[in-house]
Amino acid sequence: MSTFVSDNLPKFTSVFTAIGAFFLILGIIFAIAGRANGRKARPIALVILLGPALVLLLAGLVIPGVRTILFSFMNPDSNSFIGLDNYRWMLEDPNIKVIMVNTILWILVVPLFTAALGLLLAVMLDRIKHESIPKSLLFMPMAISFVGASIIFKFVYEYNEPGDVQIGLLSAVVQFFGLTPSDWMLSKPLNTFLLMIIYVWTQMGFGMVILSAAIKGVPADIVEASALDGAHGWRLFRNITFPMVKGTFIVVLATGVVGALKVFDIVRTMTGGNFSTNVLANEMYSQTFVQFDQGKGSALAVILFLLVTPILIYNIQSLRKERAH
Amino acid sequence: MAKKLAEHTPGRKIFSSKIATVVVWVTTFIWTVPTLGLLVTSFKADKDILGEAWWNTLLNPKFTFDNYTGVLFGDGSASLSTGVLPYFINSIVITLPATIFPIVIATMAAYALAWIRFRGSNFLFFSIFALQIVPLQMSLVPLLLLFTGGAHIGSVQIFPALGIAGDFAGIWLPHTMFALPLAIYLLHNFIAGLPRDLMEAAYVDGANHFTVFRRIVLPLSIPGIASIAIFQFLWVWNDLLVALTFASGTEEVAPINSKLASLVGQYGSGYTQLSAGAFITIAIPLIVFFSLQRYFVRGLLAGSVK
Repeated sequence: MSTFVSDNLPKFTSVFTAIGAFFLILGIIFAIAGRANGRKARPIALVILLGPALVLLLAGLVIPGVRTILFSFMNPDSNSFIGLDNYRWMLEDPNIKVIMVNTILWILVVPLFTAALGLLLAVMLDRIKHESIPKSLLFMPMAISFVGASIIFKFVYEYNEPGDVQIGLLSAVVQFFGLTPSDWMLSKPLNTFLLMIIYVWTQMGFGMVILSAAIKGVPADIVEASALDGAHGWRLFRNITFPMVKGTFIVVLATGVVGALKVFDIVRTMTGGNFSTNVLANEMYSQTFVQFDQGKGSALAVILFLLVTPILIYNIQSLRKERAH
Repeated sequence: MAKKLAEHTPGRKIFSSKIATVVVWVTTFIWTVPTLGLLVTSFKADKDILGEAWWNTLLNPKFTFDNYTGVLFGDGSASLSTGVLPYFINSIVITLPATIFPIVIATMAAYALAWIRFRGSNFLFFSIFALQIVPLQMSLVPLLLLFTGGAHIGSVQIFPALGIAGDFAGIWLPHTMFALPLAIYLLHNFIAGLPRDLMEAAYVDGANHFTVFRRIVLPLSIPGIASIAIFQFLWVWNDLLVALTFASGTEEVAPINSKLASLVGQYGSGYTQLSAGAFITIAIPLIVFFSLQRYFVRGLLAGSVK
């Protein structure tokens, strides 16, 4: 125990020193800058309040982003330009073809399932008593890391030879119905879909919670009026509820597309990208930090960026509209 | 009144309550079972893990804490000689500053963007908003190079090598940078909505921006700050990509989530380590989630419902 304390004391000292120093420096700067008055007061306040964020954004996102674009036209060590070779490699390499197909599958299937299931449950939750308990439990996986979720599902997808005791839930259920379980992580293309289930499991709660809030925001008199007109069931949903929560549904879809594009932890933990399950974000990491080819890694990052760009533009447009009001 | 309102919400008219109740509870059961399986597995004796399914162990309980003590304090195996406790502490050491720093800096920036008039403020706000969707992958390599080698134009050094790669500061800094766009956007929504009369009264009384920020903006923004802080906390705790890139895998700095990822891929006895280790990793986020769920939901809604 005493070695434990002495081993870890420096770590805690460094945290408290860092946090203490951070607030001390801010306090001193605020106190000094606060004395400025007259015409200089406003620019000084602006520099001190906005400056740190802008410097960090420039150094951490803007400049590195530009450098990554440059690196994508360079050799593995980023010291000479090689034109479009890294992009040509992407078009020609058969592995990248598999990766692209998988990534497209991820961005088509995952957002749709997450949003549709979230909407279905949100509508149903609105209909039942004690909704807060199932809501919490359905939402809970969002707090779990993708690595943690992957390990949870590693046990679900565990497989033993037929005849042996099946300790994986999926294998046991399949066997219960008289079918033969297989080594799930090796069965393509099923394995990619099994990985997607992990993602949907963690993120469905997000869609459910915000769609649920949107449904509760549908004005009661509109629902009542259309119910008096005889709208029930599917018709009420299609004509009234869905149009009123459509904006939120699109937000959930867009969030799902961005999340699915960047999925990395699940694939890396479950299969390491083997057995035809690889995706763009995992290959970007492997090329950069396993193969040490910064050129190819950067080119893959640029493709990732290009794929999110339409959503970026859509988001900016809707923010503009919102701010115009 | 509340009850009456509830009766009029659309869900009430779309599904019969029986079908809805059954579907919701069945889904909830399916959604919870995997986590329950992990929890039960993590308490099974080593020799039973591969020989008996966890749902049978539930019917015939034989549980042990050995997996947890082994994983926490080390079980003598090559992969876990020291246990995960040092990594758990690293996670705390990484997460606290990586939550506090970006939130404070973002609150300052959000206030400046919302309440200090200057040319280009609108453009700046849109640019920061746009940055939040740019994939992390775009900045990993150059940022790492910046930490290790500084920046040069030709042979002129324009930025010194910080020498913080593989240090806690080398993880706090990227987390702070990457968190800013979303945090500034969300906090701006919150701070821009503060009552104008109150702010103007303070300025008229001669308060400067720093006083207004400390005395009015900070106290009134606490609910917004709290919900965003919970998000950031969970994000950093659950992160793998930033940890793998900026922290070496050693027990000096690596967080528990990346240690857990490195345990995957071992078979047989590795399963006891894996299940108990996974539960230790997800325990803190689950506690935070269940105790602060209200703030968590509020943060989610602030970010996504337009």
